[in-house]
Amino acid sequence: MTDTVLRISNVNKAFGGLQALSDINLNIEKGKVHAIIGPNGAGKSTLLNVCVGLLTPDSGTVTFNGGTNVIGKSPHEINQMGLARVFQTPEIFPDLSLLDNVMIPAFAKRDGAFHFKLFQSLSGETKITQEATEILASVGMDDKLNVIAGSLSRGDKRRLELAMCLIQRPHLLLLDEPTAGMARHDTNKTIELLKKIKEDGMTKIIIEHDMHVVFSVADTISVLAQGAIIASGTPDEIRGNPVVQEAYLGGAEL
Amino acid sequence: MMKQLMNLLKKQSDLTTILMFAAGVLTMPIWLDPIGANYPDLLQKFVIFGIFAVGYNILFGLTGYLSFGHAVFLGVGSYAAVWSFKLLTMNVLPAILFATLISGLIAAAIGFVSMRRSGIYFSILTLAFAQMFYNLAYSVLIPITNGETGLQLRMHDPRIIDNYFSDPLPGLPSTDFFGMSMNGYSGFYFCAVVLILAFYIAMKIFRSPFGMKLKAIKSNQHRMRYTGSDTRPYLITAFIISGMFAGLAGALLAVTDPLAGAERMQWTASGEVILMTILGGVGTLYGPLLGVGIIKYLENIFSTINESVLQQFFSFLPQWGENIMVSVVSPFVGEGWHLTLGVLFMIIIIFLPGGLMEGFSRIQKRYRKAKIKDNQSDSTKE
Repeated sequence: MTDTVLRISNVNKAFGGLQALSDINLNIEKGKVHAIIGPNGAGKSTLLNVCVGLLTPDSGTVTFNGGTNVIGKSPHEINQMGLARVFQTPEIFPDLSLLDNVMIPAFAKRDGAFHFKLFQSLSGETKITQEATEILASVGMDDKLNVIAGSLSRGDKRRLELAMCLIQRPHLLLLDEPTAGMARHDTNKTIELLKKIKEDGMTKIIIEHDMHVVFSVADTISVLAQGAIIASGTPDEIRGNPVVQEAYLGGAEL
Repeated sequence: MMKQLMNLLKKQSDLTTILMFAAGVLTMPIWLDPIGANYPDLLQKFVIFGIFAVGYNILFGLTGYLSFGHAVFLGVGSYAAVWSFKLLTMNVLPAILFATLISGLIAAAIGFVSMRRSGIYFSILTLAFAQMFYNLAYSVLIPITNGETGLQLRMHDPRIIDNYFSDPLPGLPSTDFFGMSMNGYSGFYFCAVVLILAFYIAMKIFRSPFGMKLKAIKSNQHRMRYTGSDTRPYLITAFIISGMFAGLAGALLAVTDPLAGAERMQWTASGEVILMTILGGVGTLYGPLLGVGIIKYLENIFSTINESVLQQFFSFLPQWGENIMVSVVSPFVGEGWHLTLGVLFMIIIIFLPGGLMEGFSRIQKRYRKAKIKDNQSDSTKE
């Protein structure tokens, strides 16, 4: 029996007459990369927003790390619990340098949600500066420490955002379409990076459109269609599953 | 040796910055003399409004929240200081502490409510509070503010502490700092020392993780929440700090002239500090001070230039030339100094949105580039 990091039980969510999620049950296991795929409008983003407390489900529970309830918590509380998120459009601090971008999440992790200490000197923060430099090196951006983040390309912004999440060493990392809107070249770079950070043993949920990305990095795949999970399993099982092929891939061979 | 000094300046450690700043402020009577700004009244205004703007910049410059009501704290600080003079002692120290504390409390209340919204709604809320305080000063709060007459010192004020230690002297007493009178240059030097302390605090905040977090909130508040920071207490803290700076400035206005009136809280006064901050450079350490200098100089010196001064200035020209120049320039000086300010403000907003400090950094960059090119061409010659 492996540990469960995130347990989603009997979650239902409707928007008006549309049943966006119906009776979702999902256990995200520790140390695994869990991909959630599905066609447009299947409810992937809704599910993710329920996981981070952005949406309150009509019924059901979402618990984190063996019992803490996620529903109704504000974003910073959820992050302080150890859950970090990469957004579909990169959310960074565009006016600050790359180094500052990565140091801020590290401060939040160390200092908590609010820390009233006006006169600490930034130049005395050698440990966090060092850490931030290392994380940026691990995503291949340590040559741009003092570049203003807003001037980066979209792919670079994504990598920076990833570094901002990684420095917090979260228990669970949510990646919402990490390759959305990227050129092929950037997508390949991102896959390489995702493969590389897979080895750190961090639990991850990836929501993704791109099959190539999903099959290269996921340990487990859940397929969502019309608000319900129609299949869950290893990449090989999913590849061979006729229901999935019918629902999602329109009968095409994978 | 020169190189070492340059390196020292470039590094700008906290100590060198504050030493340079202190030297600059304390020598103001010397270097402002040639442009006719060396008289105590104006010098005092420079440093007092400097404190106001430096504090305002902690809110507006770091978090991007544009408050339209900061003059309230200026007024509250003045009233609190005058009440301290009336009830306790003419010593300025308790007055300053009391004023800063009271304006901090009021800032906490206003900030707590206004920070529920951001952007234009935040600005409107602060403006509403400011107008409320301004109008209350003329109605409900008259027992505290003394309405249109303004709060003044009187012969029969209790002054508990002063009268306990010595018998009251005949005539209205004047403010002092343990015996040092607060008139003229000594008043200026006192305010200058307070400005240096205030600037030191602002600089420490700018260069701390706390300040960095405020900048991050300005840059992307959404991301800030999702990286585990509760932005609201940070914003309210910044609001309170800037309110306390404004209260301190208000107290110093009362220190140099023990009189408090509600016109200090009018929305135009709040607008002025915004203008100062933007003119000099939002979010830069020195920018707001530069803005204060320019606006107060225009207001006090430029506005006194009249036609005969202009005629003298252009007297080197032939008579017809002199007439033309005088008639062209005269709308911009004297009573028309607002026109100069307006034109200057527009030029800066359009060409240098980052204020005068952006202009300086652009020049610096160009100079540096030119220097690198020179070095390169030198080395290729060798």
